[in-house]
Amino acid sequence: MTRKLNLRIWRGDATDGALQDVVVEANEGEVVLDVIHRVQATQMGDLAVRWNCKAGKCGSCSMEINGKPRLACMTQVASYGDDETITVTPLRAFPVIKDLVTDVSFNYRKAMEIPAYEHPKDLAPGDARMEQIDVERSQEFRKCIECFLCQDTCHVIRDHEENKKSFAGPRFFIRIAELDMHPLDMLKNRKRTAQEEHGLGMCNITKCCTEVCPEHIKITDNAIIPMKERVVDIKYDPARMFAGLLKRDKRN
Amino acid sequence: MTNMERHNYDVLIIGAGGAGLRAAVEAREAGLRVAIICKSLFGKAHTVMAEGGAAASMGNVNDKDSWMVHFRDTMRGGKFLNHYRMAELHAKESPDRIWELETWGALFDRTEEGKISQRNFGGHEYPRLAHVGDRTGLELIRTMQQRIVALQQKDGRETGDMESHIKVFAELTITDILKENGKISGAYGYWRESGSEVLFEAPAVVIATGGVGKTFKITSNSWEGTGDGHALALKAGANLVDMEFLQFHPTGMVWPPSVRGILVTESVRGEGGVLTNNVGERFMFKYIPEVFKNIYADNEAEADRWYLDQDNNRRPPELLPRDEVARAINSEVKAGRGTEHGGVFLDVSKRIPADVIKKRLPSMWHQFYELAGVDITKEAMEVGPTCHYVMGGVEVEPDNAAAIGVPGLFAAGEVAGGMHGSNRLGGNSLSDLLVFGRRAGMGAIEYVKNNGANPVSDASIKAAAARIEAPFSREGGENSYSLHAELQEVTHNLVGIIRTGKEVEEAIEKIADIRKRSANVSVAGGRKFNPGFHLAFDLDNMLLVAESTAKSALRREESRGGHTRDDFPGMDTTWRQVNNISSFDGKQVNVKSQPLPPMPKELFDLFDIHELEKYMTPEEIAKGGSN
Repeated sequence: MTRKLNLRIWRGDATDGALQDVVVEANEGEVVLDVIHRVQATQMGDLAVRWNCKAGKCGSCSMEINGKPRLACMTQVASYGDDETITVTPLRAFPVIKDLVTDVSFNYRKAMEIPAYEHPKDLAPGDARMEQIDVERSQEFRKCIECFLCQDTCHVIRDHEENKKSFAGPRFFIRIAELDMHPLDMLKNRKRTAQEEHGLGMCNITKCCTEVCPEHIKITDNAIIPMKERVVDIKYDPARMFAGLLKRDKRN
Repeated sequence: MTNMERHNYDVLIIGAGGAGLRAAVEAREAGLRVAIICKSLFGKAHTVMAEGGAAASMGNVNDKDSWMVHFRDTMRGGKFLNHYRMAELHAKESPDRIWELETWGALFDRTEEGKISQRNFGGHEYPRLAHVGDRTGLELIRTMQQRIVALQQKDGRETGDMESHIKVFAELTITDILKENGKISGAYGYWRESGSEVLFEAPAVVIATGGVGKTFKITSNSWEGTGDGHALALKAGANLVDMEFLQFHPTGMVWPPSVRGILVTESVRGEGGVLTNNVGERFMFKYIPEVFKNIYADNEAEADRWYLDQDNNRRPPELLPRDEVARAINSEVKAGRGTEHGGVFLDVSKRIPADVIKKRLPSMWHQFYELAGVDITKEAMEVGPTCHYVMGGVEVEPDNAAAIGVPGLFAAGEVAGGMHGSNRLGGNSLSDLLVFGRRAGMGAIEYVKNNGANPVSDASIKAAAARIEAPFSREGGENSYSLHAELQEVTHNLVGIIRTGKEVEEAIEKIADIRKRSANVSVAGGRKFNPGFHLAFDLDNMLLVAESTAKSALRREESRGGHTRDDFPGMDTTWRQVNNISSFDGKQVNVKSQPLPPMPKELFDLFDIHELEKYMTPEEIAKGGSN
């Protein structure tokens, strides 16, 4: 079953750009990335889009579809109405390079700032013994495919370039949580540095990151909140009070 | 060559999957300065797609396992065409490579005793695959990526610059490997983002570019699998060995069409998944080859008992090596017993409770639920063969991964040949990456120690730059997307899972024709992140790979592992004694036979003589190994 689909694609670069309308064929069962590829092969040979595995495992084809951060390979065309125009735009939190491709180097810089895993010095390779139940907590966070949708949606940096310097973002809060909960990691004070150096305190737990995670990692509930609760030496956390107010306002 | 960047390193690693990153770690730890090139973003390489696990005879689940058993299984799976020394090193060293990952922070699933858990897989006699649910490849690449960062942080503390010794060049494509005076001098390429050109000067280059799946129409590989390293090596004067052997993974998705080819992990069968045709028959019992009759159950009752008692029952035939299962599915579909969409059924819902399926096969559950609308805890999946892995690759010295014939060039991982013979066992790829990634790093260290810098000449730079400029200066030529689609049709129809001499000859002609036309490809748009421009270069590589595959397939007049000739249906012991070696003369690929190195006596003696009689000539058996 083939139908005509109205697709609106943002085209341009750092200096200038605009939405362009195209009509493209869409077949039964196709995802948004399929129709973008068809546009590329038949109408716009130089349309820039990142993708790799096309199976939701590599996290390359992140973009905004009708304004929502999503993986284009995991978004069914059929999930939109037959007459609905599908609008695809680049991730808003990162600088555009060209068309649907953004400069995500912010994330790789942040990755380099998180202190690495430290193995116990006296534990020889092969001698580690861990219970399944203990590794599972960290394993949840290691499911992360680094699509950076959580970073894109996080309103601490989405429209606040100035916060990027002091804020690592949800992807790296789960990285810190993963190491903090790792049964063997020897480095101390991960929670405290999360708060003091990586901007954990700026998060006001609105759970937007959890909502967009294609791996369904409970970023806020299982990583951010437990770390916030256990951060010592911090008498009060304005972000949590703010979040409490939001809750009372029922704005969330 | 406008605004060409220039970089200088000790070792240049092309490819940032498991093998490339493991090589980088090794070289850095020896004090060398290393550049890592990735075609996509860091951490997106195809290694993330590996699902089932990494094979290593740690013996955590069954203590009868040992490197000898793993070696035997690997040779058997490869139908004895493997380079014995690679299979030996791999079997001996993979446990250490897995344990090492744990010291870098990897978190594998555990046994009751708290050791690394190991699962069953096709062709492996004992539970052998270290795993993390069904996302083992992601765990492996993330661990390696984070190990690189750990080394960069150490460098930052020592030198004040985190990138002083390891730098990752993401979204950069290499178009030429450069040589001066017969030795490696560096490589040339372009930034995918800007299209601007980059020169790397380095006396040692490690190729770790993975596979060639994009040459075929139905594949589990991403856009990156375009055989770049195979083609770069050929053009640099290296050989490719046994390029006729392609692994068609038996279980790719077949519906909906947009996901056709995407992998369904073998773990589904390892965990108890059953294959049936459209009349409900569990057909694999009909396809157990003579050589495997003593280790695979010929009835359902015994196959089912095996999941509970592996010591006293033979294995279910669903766990035969991949080539056997792929051919069986192909035959069922051809005989009209396939599903509506041209596959067969794979069902795990009747044997395993829903919550266990979601826990052991989480990404499979998501993949089918979100992409096909199928709940695998309740219904069967539809599956069929998909081009998954190339056993053939760069001919290397087993111990140091040095490419034969090109001093300074190394190759590891899927792009290297020999390790897997005619068919790779599931789980042997992740361990291969680690074992030979490390060895390629060691080889490069040794080479750099004995060979100083080898400056790139201006003539080499000019020639490489001209090649990049060419598609922009042509007008009105064909479009690379349509030529790529045409090539995929040819390989799929004529050099696919079942081959005949006549069809392969036709393929060789057609590939030559596409290659001729591809010389006129023109590119629309500018240099900046232009996929049409990128594909023009990838296409060139794929055409060379396809030519090598087709010519090797025509030459090998037998059926073995990942090469099935309808006109020569049986295995032939004389063909087991030779490898097909491809080389490139600047115009075309030429293929010749080369004798396989014979197994030494101590390895020969690991096998039952009656088993060897199925593969070897009486003269070879009489010799009993090479020393």
